[in-house]
Amino acid sequence: MENKENRNLYAVGALFDSPNKLVAFAKKLVNEGYRFWDVHSSYPLHGLPKIMRLKWSPLGYVALVLGLTGTLTGLFLTYWTMSVDYRLTIGGKPWFSFPAFVPVLFELTVLLASVGTAIVMLFIIFKLPNNRHPLHDSEYLKKVSVDKCGIIVESHDAKFDYQTIRSLFGEYGASEVVDIYYNEEEIAYKPRVFEPKFIVFLVVIAILTSAFGYLFNNKVLYLPPFDFMLKQFKVNPQSESMFFADGFGMRTPVAGTVARGQRDYPFKGKPDEAGEKLVNPLLSTNDVLELGKRKYNTFCSPCHGWRGEGDSRLNGQFPNPPSLHSEKVRNWSDGRIYHVIMEGQNIMPSYASQLTEKERWAIILYIRALQRSLNAKQEDVK
Amino acid sequence: MNIEIDYTVEPEVVKNQPSHSSVNDAIAAPLETKPSIKYYIALGISGSLLLTGAICLGFSFYYGVGLWGNNQPVGWAIPIVNFVFWVGIGHAGTLISAILFLFRQRWRTGIARFAEAMTIFAVITAGLFPLIHTGRPWLAGYLFPLPNQHHLWVNFTSPLIWDVFAVSTYLTVSFVFWYVGLIPDLAILRDRTQSKVKKIIYSIFSLGWRHSNRHWHHYEMLYLILAGFATPLVLSVHTIVSFDFAVSIVPGWHTTIFPPYFVAGAIFSGFAMVQNVLIVVRKIFHIEHIISLDTLEKMNKVMLATGMMVGYAYGVEFFIAWYSGNPLESFVFFNRVFGNYAWAYWIMVSCNVIFTQLFWFKKIRRNIPIMFVIGVLVNVGMWFERFVIVISTLSKDFLPSSWGYYKPTLVDIGILLGSFGLFFTLVILFIRALPVVSISEVKAVIKGSQPQHH
Repeated sequence: MENKENRNLYAVGALFDSPNKLVAFAKKLVNEGYRFWDVHSSYPLHGLPKIMRLKWSPLGYVALVLGLTGTLTGLFLTYWTMSVDYRLTIGGKPWFSFPAFVPVLFELTVLLASVGTAIVMLFIIFKLPNNRHPLHDSEYLKKVSVDKCGIIVESHDAKFDYQTIRSLFGEYGASEVVDIYYNEEEIAYKPRVFEPKFIVFLVVIAILTSAFGYLFNNKVLYLPPFDFMLKQFKVNPQSESMFFADGFGMRTPVAGTVARGQRDYPFKGKPDEAGEKLVNPLLSTNDVLELGKRKYNTFCSPCHGWRGEGDSRLNGQFPNPPSLHSEKVRNWSDGRIYHVIMEGQNIMPSYASQLTEKERWAIILYIRALQRSLNAKQEDVK
Repeated sequence: MNIEIDYTVEPEVVKNQPSHSSVNDAIAAPLETKPSIKYYIALGISGSLLLTGAICLGFSFYYGVGLWGNNQPVGWAIPIVNFVFWVGIGHAGTLISAILFLFRQRWRTGIARFAEAMTIFAVITAGLFPLIHTGRPWLAGYLFPLPNQHHLWVNFTSPLIWDVFAVSTYLTVSFVFWYVGLIPDLAILRDRTQSKVKKIIYSIFSLGWRHSNRHWHHYEMLYLILAGFATPLVLSVHTIVSFDFAVSIVPGWHTTIFPPYFVAGAIFSGFAMVQNVLIVVRKIFHIEHIISLDTLEKMNKVMLATGMMVGYAYGVEFFIAWYSGNPLESFVFFNRVFGNYAWAYWIMVSCNVIFTQLFWFKKIRRNIPIMFVIGVLVNVGMWFERFVIVISTLSKDFLPSSWGYYKPTLVDIGILLGSFGLFFTLVILFIRALPVVSISEVKAVIKGSQPQHH
């Protein structure tokens, strides 16, 4: 029982010249009821799984499950992208055009099943990579790699007895019997997360990745040929034009023309007449007020303030306009305010080209709502 | 480099019964010895071709695709011809490693590893061409269904997207198949190498494999599963490549015979390429014993069979063009044989159908110089087959006023040469970097390796 004291012993192994002797020994081990033992050869030995009474490999089921996962993933991907998220009508076919998705489903099935099964076998069933196994780099394994077949009985097997095993090996004609020990260093080694080498490695990776990302996104993409979309023979908004005499790239409408969706404005320069004759065609429904609020916030609020109090957000770059809650504006008719939007007033320019007719009237209704909120009458609070 | 021993991968072919250690020595020899001058000459030639291609590509990307001959109406030109050609070359490897494995053809043992490697290299080469063809390869990310700022998805009803999935799946699965086969061999190399650097590299990539029979048990099942998946995969890939054409409504492309016709053609050209490369490699590395003449003869038989399938497809296309009574269809095929591109058509027919008939004779099947020449001709013919399909069809489409004639430019030809350079450079580097024959598979089929039961 000296081996029991030697806690470093992993297994006793024997090398055989021919697989026939080895098979005989394997049968003996099975009959004796050993459980922790293994056969090593640099190629698969036929019939051995049966002798070792190994269970049928479950990899077939693994492949089935992974393959079906691939099919379903493909089905979901094609269905969701083509039929739900971004529908494209192609040749008048239905959005869920199953026959056209079959190639992709097939490829994803094969991809997931084959790659996944290989990964499951190597990394989950075999628990590789494992270069710290006692057999790794042992003389025993090196001889197996060349031309021997080997068999080992591990020391933690319940029936393991050092002397018995060694003599059995001799009986069955092993050419060499070896003891395989755990490597002290390998047992003592514990991988640590905060190991300096590892931290340095992470830092280097992080620096390289960010440097690459920065250079690629900010420098490389602006060099030829990657900048091919940036140089185009067209006038960009706000840019200079050599073609027009005034040097502006952006043009105003030609005199006497009316843009689509717009109408000629008959009250140019006649604010009072506009105030009398123009009538707001909209009712202040929820939708209209929502539209008015959106447009007011976009176009009016930078100067007039969120609530029309004349509290500009422009930090004095432009003079602040008067409040929309003044007596004067409250008493103006809708048409009078409409005229201001169309023609501008004092320093305020015309907003006719930015807003459609409906939007102007909706903004006015929103301004009315704002005015009423700050100057509420008694009957409003009911 | 001199391999004296005469060992075999096929017990029924070679009489000598090599020892296991001599198998190790023989297959590891190219990795452990300094290569001869012949190796450097081969590498120099392929490297120069690769450089030529790289320069032509650089110009194409910098100045734009106007350097190519593509025009209206021939928008799909040499890049697509090259793509189909190289994907086709890739088909032989998986056929040898997966389909012949399922059919228990033991003669595949000696050439499977090499053919698989050639598959990977050919698919890498092929995969570049759709990207080259776009002229803006750095935008290729949009080929994949990745969420992006435009909220756009790829069009899954397009054969071009099926192609992206088919070719990338094929490359990945072929690589996994090849790598899984390499693990036990890398473990053997790990255990025999004396060099410290090599030891680290082999240790990393062999993942600590320890030849355990509890592992082999699962491993063999995995190999069977991978072969089972790779077999329909290899048939699907060229089918989908043919869909790029067949799903369109262009006369001359819109035919249901395309998938089987393309697959047969792919295996045909792939075998020709594998045969060619093996002839050169076994000469350079003196491994005539590993890749025996019998194996080459069997490959020639496969070429004869697939060549006749391709010839049959040419015939049926014409029959259908006439039998369908469709004047457009008839015109396209008449134009192929007697039109502007008749020269390309006749190169294709003579190389693919006529010369391969010589393989009916056993003496020619076993004559290395003649079979080499026929193999080269087959690949020339198969390249022109794709040329005829793509270019002659497009150059005369529906509207006679927009007909045109396509001529490749020097840059086009440079890129074609570059693709050969890339492929052969990878092959030549592979020979010195990894075992070209599967050590564990060879050992397993040597007489006396397996236990005698009962």
